[in-house]
Amino acid sequence: MEHKAGPMNRPLWTPGVLVMLVFMFAGALAIIARFTGGIGYVTNLTNARPWGIWVGIDVATGVALAAGGFTTAALAHIFGRHYYEPVTRPALLTAVLGYTFVVLGLLVDIGRSWAIWKPMFHWNLNSVLFEVAMCVMIYLTVLYIEFVPIVAEQFKGRVNLPGLLSKLNNLVDKVLQVADRILGKVMWIFIILGVVLSCMHQSSLGSLMLVAPTKLHPLWYTPLLPLLFLTSAIAVGYPMVVFETTLATASFRLNSEMHILAPLTRITIYLLGIYMLLKLGDMLVRGTWVYLLDGTYQTNAFIVEVLFGVMLPWAMLLCKTIRHSSKGLFTAAALVVGGVVMNRINVFIVGYRSPLSENGYFPAPSEILVTLGLIAALMFIYRVVVTYLPVLQESKEVS
Amino acid sequence: MHITRRNFFRFMGAAGASVAVRPPSVHAWQSQAPPDPFGCLVDLTRCVGCRKCEEACAKVNDLPEPERVNCQCTIFEKDRRPDDTSYTVINRYYTGTVDVFDKPVPTYAKVQCMHCQDPACVSACIVGALTKDDTGAVHYDVSKCIGCRYCMVACPFEIPAYEYYDPITPRVMKCTFCQERISKKGGLPGCAGICPTEALTFGRRQTLLGVARKRLKENPGSYIQHIYGEKEVGGTSWMYLSSVPFEEVNLPLLPDTPSPKLSETIQHSLFSYLWSPVLLFGVLGACMARFNRGNDQKQNNADKGGA
Ligand code: SF4
Ligand code: SF4
Ligand code: SF4
Repeated sequence: MEHKAGPMNRPLWTPGVLVMLVFMFAGALAIIARFTGGIGYVTNLTNARPWGIWVGIDVATGVALAAGGFTTAALAHIFGRHYYEPVTRPALLTAVLGYTFVVLGLLVDIGRSWAIWKPMFHWNLNSVLFEVAMCVMIYLTVLYIEFVPIVAEQFKGRVNLPGLLSKLNNLVDKVLQVADRILGKVMWIFIILGVVLSCMHQSSLGSLMLVAPTKLHPLWYTPLLPLLFLTSAIAVGYPMVVFETTLATASFRLNSEMHILAPLTRITIYLLGIYMLLKLGDMLVRGTWVYLLDGTYQTNAFIVEVLFGVMLPWAMLLCKTIRHSSKGLFTAAALVVGGVVMNRINVFIVGYRSPLSENGYFPAPSEILVTLGLIAALMFIYRVVVTYLPVLQESKEVS
Repeated sequence: MHITRRNFFRFMGAAGASVAVRPPSVHAWQSQAPPDPFGCLVDLTRCVGCRKCEEACAKVNDLPEPERVNCQCTIFEKDRRPDDTSYTVINRYYTGTVDVFDKPVPTYAKVQCMHCQDPACVSACIVGALTKDDTGAVHYDVSKCIGCRYCMVACPFEIPAYEYYDPITPRVMKCTFCQERISKKGGLPGCAGICPTEALTFGRRQTLLGVARKRLKENPGSYIQHIYGEKEVGGTSWMYLSSVPFEEVNLPLLPDTPSPKLSETIQHSLFSYLWSPVLLFGVLGACMARFNRGNDQKQNNADKGGA
C-alpha cells in the first residue's frame, strides 16, 4: 500500500498538551460545581433562556463538526473514491470523539443526568429531540464498531497487558481476531447505517427549533431549517478534515496531505454552493432580507455568518491558486468551519428570543470553562489515540 | 467492504418488503386537543390585584408562601414571572388609561400556564413527561423527566420554570390547573375558587367562550373585542378578556397556528414507518455495490479497519 496509517510514536507530553491539561482541570472543577450547586450555580441560564452554550456549542456544534466522519466514509467507501481513504481514519476518530463528547456535554447539561436512559423506554414520536437522541445513541455505537478494526490492527497478535491482566492476553487477542474477522464481513452495513443515521439527526437538529416559531429570529426560522442543517453539515465535512489534518500534520511535522486535501475541497465548492443557494434563496423567498439593515446584533450576526462563513470561503475555494496553497486552503476551510459554528450558535443562542422577558444571555465564566474543558479533553484524547494507534499517515521522512 | 451482490440483494429485499407491507401513509396534521376540556376565563377588567389567587395556589400546591403575600402595592414595582416557587403571579400595568380625576388606572394581569389545546411543550418533551388530559390540564410527570428543558424552549408563553439550583433532581415547575381538584365533580382550581371579584371563571371551555362573547356584546365599550386564547396558537384552555391591548399586559401576539404543527408534520412525513431512512439505505447500498464492484479483492486489505 502506498498509504499506510501508523502510530505517531512521539513524546506525548508537549507544552501544548500541558495547556490542555490545565483547561481540563478547570473544566473538571466547574463540572463538580455543577453537580453540587446545580445548573443555576455555574450558568447564566434562566427560565426565559433554558438553553445556552452547552447545547449550542457542546451539542449542536459538536455534532455538526463531527460530520467529517460520515462525509468521508460516504465518499471513500460508498462512492468508491478510494483515493481519499487516508483521511477517513482521522475523520472517523474525530467523529468518535466528537459524539462521545456530545454525550458528555449532554450529561452535564440535562438536569437529571442519571435519567438519560429514559428516552429509550418512554417514546414521544412527536418530539424532534427524541429522534435526535435515538439517532445519536445508535450512531455513537456504530462509530465505535467502525473503530474496532483500527484497534485490532494495532494489537492483533501482540496483546500485552501489564501485570496480572497478562493472563488475559490470549483471550483478548482472540476476541480481537474474531471481532476483526466478523466486522470485515459486515462493515458495509455499519458504514451505510452511519451515513443514514447522520443524515437523519443532522437534519433533525435543525428541526429542533421549528416547534417554537415565535422564539427564533425570522432570519433563521424557516421550514427549511432541517435541510439547511443537513446541507451545511455535509458541506462542513471536508473543510473540517482539511482543518484538523493541517493542524495535526503541522503539529506532528508530518508531510502535509495537500495532494488529497486540494481535490477534496473541490467537491466542497459544490456542497457549500448548494447550502449557500438554499440559504440565500430562502432569505429571498421569505423576504427576510428586509431585516438585514436594521442594525440589531442578531442581524449583524447573520450577516457575518453568511458573508464570512459561507460566501467568502466559497469564493476562495473557486480560485485554484488558493486551493493549491496550503495556507489559502487552510484559511478557507477554517472560514467554512467557523461559518457553521456561527450558524449553530446563532440558531440556538443569538437568534433565540424570549417572548416576554429581557433577552440578555451571556455564558457565565464557569459555563465557558466546562465547554473549554470538554474541548481540551477531546483534543487530549485525540492526541493520545493518534500517538498510539494507526490513525494518521506515517510520514516518509521527518524533517 | 465485502458487499457481495447476493448479500446486498438479500438485505435490500428485506428492507423493501418492510416498506411494501406498511406503506408510508402521511396524514395531514390533526389537532390532538381533547373534545370538551375545562377552561378558565380571566377578565382583566374585574381583577383588583388582591393576589389572593397567588396565596391560594401556593396553598393547594404545597408551594412556599408568595413573596410579601399581603403587599398589594410595592410588590408590583417589578414585573414578575411564574418561577420554580410560584405557579402564578399577578402583575400591574399602567397602559395610559386615566380615570375621571386624571389618575392613571392600573390593569392587573394574572400569569400562569395557558394549558394550550395543542401544547408545544407536550409535543416537544423527549420522553412524553408532559401530557394533555381530558380535563384540559397539561400534566407533568416528574418520574419520566430527564431535565432537557426542551419544553421550556418550546413554550410560546415562556411558562415552564426550572429548579436550577437543585443539582441532582431538579423539576420543571408550572401551573397544574389543579388537575386533581378539577377532576373531581364540582372541583375548582385553588385560584379560581378564591377570587373575590369573579375575575376568574372556571368551567367548560365551550361554555366560557359563550360567557365571554356575551360580555363582549353587552359591554362593547369596556372591552377590546377579542377573546385572547380562543384562537392563539390553536386555542388555549385559559382565556383572557381585557380593556387594554393584550400585548401591553404581557400577553404576546401569537399566530393562530398551533406551534407543533410544522415540526410534527415534517417529522411524520419524513419518518413515519422510517420510510426515508430505509430508502436512503437502499440507495446508498446500491451505490456502494455499483461503485465498488470488481474492487472487492483489491480493496480487501485496505478496507480492513479503514472504516
Ligand atoms: S402555556 Fe406553555 S407550558 Fe402551558 S401548555 Fe402551553 S406550551 Fe405548555
Ligand atoms: S425537561 Fe422534562 S418535561 Fe421538559 S421536555 Fe425535558 S424531559 Fe420533558
Ligand atoms: S389552576 Fe391551580 S396551579 Fe394553576 S394557577 Fe390556579 S391554583 Fe395555581
